[in-house]
Amino acid sequence: MSGHGSGGTNTGGSAVFRIWRGERGKGDFADYKTEFSGGMVVLDVIHKIQASQAGDLAVRWNCKAGKCGSCSAEINGMPKLMCMTRMNQIDVTKPVTVEPMQAFPHVRDLVTDVSWNYEVKKRIKKYKPEKPGADGQWRMQQDDVDRVQEFRKCIECYLCQDVCHVLRDHHHHDKFIGPRFLVYSAALEMHPLDTADRVPDLHAEQGVGFCNITKCCTKVCPESITITDNAIIPLKERVVDRYYDPVRKLFRVFTGG
Amino acid sequence: MAEYQVLEHDVLVIGAGGAGLRAAIEASANGVKVGLVTKSLLGKAHTVMAEGGVAAAMANVDDRDNWRVHFADTMRGGQYLNHPRMAELHAKEAPERVRELEAWGALFDRTKDGRILQRNFGGHRYARLAHVGDRTGLEMIRTLQDHGIHLGIDVHMEHTVVDLLKDGDRIAGAFAYDRERGRFKVFHAKAVVLATGGIGRAFQITSNSWEYTGDGHSLAYHAGASLKDMEFVQFHPTGMVWPPSVRGLLVTEGVRGEGGVLRNKEGRRFMFDDIPDNYKLQTADNEEEAWRYTIGDKNARRPPELLTRDHVARCIAREVREGRGSPHGGVFLDIAWIKEKLPNAAEHIKRKLPSMYHQFKQLADLDITQEPMEIGPTTHYMMGGVNVHPDSQMSDVPGLFAAGECAAGLHGANRLGGNSLSDLIVFGKRAGEFAAKFAKEHSTPALPKDRVDAVARIALEPFERQGTESAYDIQHELQERMQALVGIVRRQEEMEEAVAMIRRLESRAAKAVVHGNREYNPGWHTALDLRHLLTVSEAITIAGLDRKESRGAHFRDDFPNKDPEASKFNIVIVKGPDGAMQLKRVPVVPLTEEHKKIIEENQA
Repeated sequence: MSGHGSGGTNTGGSAVFRIWRGERGKGDFADYKTEFSGGMVVLDVIHKIQASQAGDLAVRWNCKAGKCGSCSAEINGMPKLMCMTRMNQIDVTKPVTVEPMQAFPHVRDLVTDVSWNYEVKKRIKKYKPEKPGADGQWRMQQDDVDRVQEFRKCIECYLCQDVCHVLRDHHHHDKFIGPRFLVYSAALEMHPLDTADRVPDLHAEQGVGFCNITKCCTKVCPESITITDNAIIPLKERVVDRYYDPVRKLFRVFTGG
Repeated sequence: MAEYQVLEHDVLVIGAGGAGLRAAIEASANGVKVGLVTKSLLGKAHTVMAEGGVAAAMANVDDRDNWRVHFADTMRGGQYLNHPRMAELHAKEAPERVRELEAWGALFDRTKDGRILQRNFGGHRYARLAHVGDRTGLEMIRTLQDHGIHLGIDVHMEHTVVDLLKDGDRIAGAFAYDRERGRFKVFHAKAVVLATGGIGRAFQITSNSWEYTGDGHSLAYHAGASLKDMEFVQFHPTGMVWPPSVRGLLVTEGVRGEGGVLRNKEGRRFMFDDIPDNYKLQTADNEEEAWRYTIGDKNARRPPELLTRDHVARCIAREVREGRGSPHGGVFLDIAWIKEKLPNAAEHIKRKLPSMYHQFKQLADLDITQEPMEIGPTTHYMMGGVNVHPDSQMSDVPGLFAAGECAAGLHGANRLGGNSLSDLIVFGKRAGEFAAKFAKEHSTPALPKDRVDAVARIALEPFERQGTESAYDIQHELQERMQALVGIVRRQEEMEEAVAMIRRLESRAAKAVVHGNREYNPGWHTALDLRHLLTVSEAITIAGLDRKESRGAHFRDDFPNKDPEASKFNIVIVKGPDGAMQLKRVPVVPLTEEHKKIIEENQA
């Protein structure tokens, strides 16, 4: 019976971590030379530095198992969860940069203010189920819940929001809800029992049209949710069907809808 | 005089995992003003890590199930030290609480006829766990979070409570700081619900997140509430053992529920070798019958891998100790073998256990559909906690409630898998309801201003000290020593050594120095957590010393058997007038005639 793999080629050694230190957007990189062992993840190294060299190094984390989505950061420029990025995937011949997410206001060191996301979610119409059956229970087939369950795997790490150029570069936080909340809306819209209508909001203030399908969000999702293809494009189609379908457009002219 | 902001609520809930969210929702639905304080961001609490499912006798998969069987299973698992009234309420109300989650948008896996699917789990007689693959906790917390944000609850994220405040005997609120800026906040409230989870961070190898520093246990104890059953710490049999940085990370019991088997390095399924007498009648004695159970044959008995967690954990520890372990000090957990039985086994495993597939692939370079995992016991759950009234969840301190892992009673000497998520929603709801009722029936308490100033002063002391004592070092030493001295196998001398160790670390903690400022300073947070960690460590150890027998999760090498006399009491700990821990044995809550009858009819 075989045991575990050795953990790749990079079984340990020393590395220089170049970590962003500072407050409210002001600061600079600081270098920390540290040893690491095989199987460590980036968050382990950050904790090691914290315990031995920089006691006040601010980092947000929680489960350290890729399930809570707290430790999002940019490692060598790539948005990732620190707890799921193994050292053996990293080239340690060069300094390893670790920076906070760029799409949100900076708080301190690796911590950003992600409260905007919580405000956005409140604005999305809540789940409104149809009436249950006579026995008080709902019936749904597994085939019908599969696609929604994919969206509900989301751990709200906000890496998709971080990488999205509409938020990151164009700062349209006031008119675009970002990939996370398009996935959230899609989960509600495609829920077999939901009766609420979110299409007008998606079209107007939530700005689904801003997404131009570059799929950066899908690439960084640690839960491998097919954000663009399975969530955003179907929502765009619903908006198009409602607002840009010529027959419906004509209908609206007459009804004033 | 310290600077602080005062915030007014009727009910303050501390902790935003499943129990805290459910309590806040219920209190809010009862028409009172609710504040919710959480150390992390909303939706990140340890509940997200719960994998296997939520136990509720809905009888969707096996129509023989009902609350009576669930009650009997829970009591047997807890070795009859449970509070029977809590076990009864839990078994009766869990199905309704689960259906309520569905009404709020949760999407559980489905049966063929479209109802909520239920799976087998250790200690549960019938398939009972409603689940979503192996991410049930995430589904639960997201459902509660998304429902709760529309109810007008004031959520205070990344706030840590330092101490509870009292007006005379009754609760008056809590003193806290926001982690981002380090500003002090006084939460003035008529009722407080503790829903802070467990204590796993008192040990070195744990499946628990950083938040599990025993805050609720310690806050309640220092406020004058009693703690119960603190000797019972559950070591989950299957945590990852390799690579070292993820040692302790949970491998769901669902792996065994789906057919995973435990083998030693000789390839032997050692769980067949040691089946306790009280489980013999319902446990398979051969591999063929065990597999039939896995695929749903109602006439087959359970595989021995699904015996209670304490027993499986000790069997694994024995294999390792006697030299039959795996290369990295665990044993093998093999789900890949089911390819001998199922045509598309790899797809089936990925579908039923997606997080586990992902976790091993990413963190250990291992494909669980092809190779066995290496696993070993990990500190997982605290059965002990705040001693509460079974119906209302109120502690000995008027207005102070507790629910979920930080409360005691439901699980007795050991918890069954799946009974934690159901605990959170059943008793979270009750705590919220009764806290709201208490708030409505009582006037606003006075704020103890002197106490507020004193707590503020103590909280800032680490910044003012000189020296080199590091809070991180103290925490690491405590974790390492608790693991070694008060872990899965305990003995008198080692626990006595642990008490002395805790005393030494207490005096070192009083000298811990923090650098930097108050803004998002993890060194400071660690220094303030030490008090809680040391308090719960002491309670666990002295209760462990006092229980001179082995029962449930508490195993003593020097007293390896159950003592019938010790089945008659629970151990309760209170803070004495001199500030020292006082321990007393109190008689277990007697079973009613009805309870006895249920247990009798479910013996076989």
